[in-house]
Amino acid sequence: MQTFGQQLVNGLSLGSIYALLALGYTMVYGIIKLINFAHGDIYMLGAFWGYYSLRAFHFNFLMALCSAMVVCAVLGVVIEYFAYRPLRHSPRITALITAIGVSFLLENGMSALVGANARSFPQALPVVTYHWLGIRVSNIQLLILITACLLMALLELIIKRTKMGKAMRAVSVDPEAAQLVGINLNHTISFTFALGSAMAGAAGVLIGLYYNSIDPLMGMTPGIKAFVAAVIGGIGSVPGASLGGFIIGILETGVQAVGLSAYKDAVVYFVLIVILLVMPAGIFGHNRREKV
Amino acid sequence: MLTVKDLAVNYGAIQAVKGVSFEVHRGEIVTLIGANGAGKSTLLKTISGLMRPKAGQITYLERPLDRLSAPQIVRAGISQVPEGRHIFPGLSVQENLQMGAFGQRDRAVFNETLQTVYDYFPILKKRRTQDAATLSGGEQQMLAMGRALMAHPQLMLLDEPSMGLAPIFIQEIFTIIQAINQAGTTVLLIEQNARQALKIADRGYVLASGQVKLSGSGAALLANPDVQRAYLGG
Ligand SMILES: Nc1ncnc2c1ncn2[C@@H]1O[C@H](COP(=O)(O)OP(=O)(O)OP(=O)(O)O)[C@@H](O)[C@H]1O
Ligand SMILES: [Mg+2]
Repeated sequence: MQTFGQQLVNGLSLGSIYALLALGYTMVYGIIKLINFAHGDIYMLGAFWGYYSLRAFHFNFLMALCSAMVVCAVLGVVIEYFAYRPLRHSPRITALITAIGVSFLLENGMSALVGANARSFPQALPVVTYHWLGIRVSNIQLLILITACLLMALLELIIKRTKMGKAMRAVSVDPEAAQLVGINLNHTISFTFALGSAMAGAAGVLIGLYYNSIDPLMGMTPGIKAFVAAVIGGIGSVPGASLGGFIIGILETGVQAVGLSAYKDAVVYFVLIVILLVMPAGIFGHNRREKV
Repeated sequence: MLTVKDLAVNYGAIQAVKGVSFEVHRGEIVTLIGANGAGKSTLLKTISGLMRPKAGQITYLERPLDRLSAPQIVRAGISQVPEGRHIFPGLSVQENLQMGAFGQRDRAVFNETLQTVYDYFPILKKRRTQDAATLSGGEQQMLAMGRALMAHPQLMLLDEPSMGLAPIFIQEIFTIIQAINQAGTTVLLIEQNARQALKIADRGYVLASGQVKLSGSGAALLANPDVQRAYLGG
């Protein structure tokens, strides 16, 4: 019971990170049906921004987090503008391959710029560990969980309540009709990239704080896992992405806890396959007919 | 108000519209009738800026439209109710109407327009918090029309608003189109339901395989033997 509780805490912390990342995949897919393979690298850039802003600019944690979100939002918008927008009317596979290219560019560009070595992330906050019913919880874990939940609530509010959020949903379900009511597709798509990338930037700073180590390739594996999380939750579904992220996080820590560390990634894919066999559209996905 | 001249529109190599010319004057109801595949929807999509003409001009209030984007055309005063309704599922009825007024920033104007739309379609007010996808076909048509009205159009384009509706709904839709017109909105109506459309129209055009074959006042077309044979069932 105690280990179970402990793993749940660890899994929820890691899951928050995946959930934040998965949101970007799912929103971008929802709006332009593109799997943005460069999304994990935005998270990496968010972590590096956090690193430099804490070390060189002596930002405090909150400033590092917020500025990373802004910087990543801008980067996401710029990447969409230069890499994906010119391909809006090309076959999907073209954009997909471009996304992989952007991902390589960011990974290798950062390696060239700052070196491929891992760096230790500045300790922005002194670590305090609380003990509760035999479970160890660090202030960092709590911070990750709370920050992620706040950001997800904020995102939900933006999507459900604001005019741009409603426009996002309108474009996702029917881009042609959205244009007919006067919604500008480009603005809405930029807005979506900004939101998703800001979430990834926040996740990058949080993971830096949690694992203490960042490097230019750090976005690859979490990027794929967050994508799996988005698919499990039902790609295009925002609550699905959050839930999927937590499922993957808990699963991964759980598998490690029972001594199967070597298989932790395999288990993630196994669960993906099982869920897709049982629920092809994911947990919250609906099999809406494809528009022609 | 709207002048379409020698308009040609293609889908790749397929010519859907082949040199169509017609006019809509302020205050009129003009109808375009024609069989399936005649090019009617393509024509409306081109006026709304979703498609680009291959040749010809579209002029609205003395301004060429072909360089404007779809949202700019809405702001210029042309709203379309697309074929098949295309309401936004997952958004509530009121959110759908709010999207219709996307370019409108003035809260007071918005509320006033919303009230007008609810006056035309009281059922929408009753259903306002419901997911638009749960509406019946007739109610969805009303929502699509209400959504287009939210943009305060001077010219409203309607693409087969009676499609797939029960006779009682069709009657209501046509009555409301007349009411909207009387309130000052010019109407370009596309219909397969030729009899009803010609009855309420000031003028009409008959479109076949991408070209205008006939034109005249609604009454004249109704009385025309060719039209009767081809579109009015004898
Ligand atoms: N996306 C498309 N790609 C290729 N051809 C198309 C496309 N859409 C329409 N067409 C073709 O263009 C022609 C005109 O189509 P359009 O939809 O404008 O006809 P319509 O008069 O609106 O017909 P309906 O009464 O059935 O709605 C048809 O021959 C159709 O097959
Ligand atoms: Mg049509």
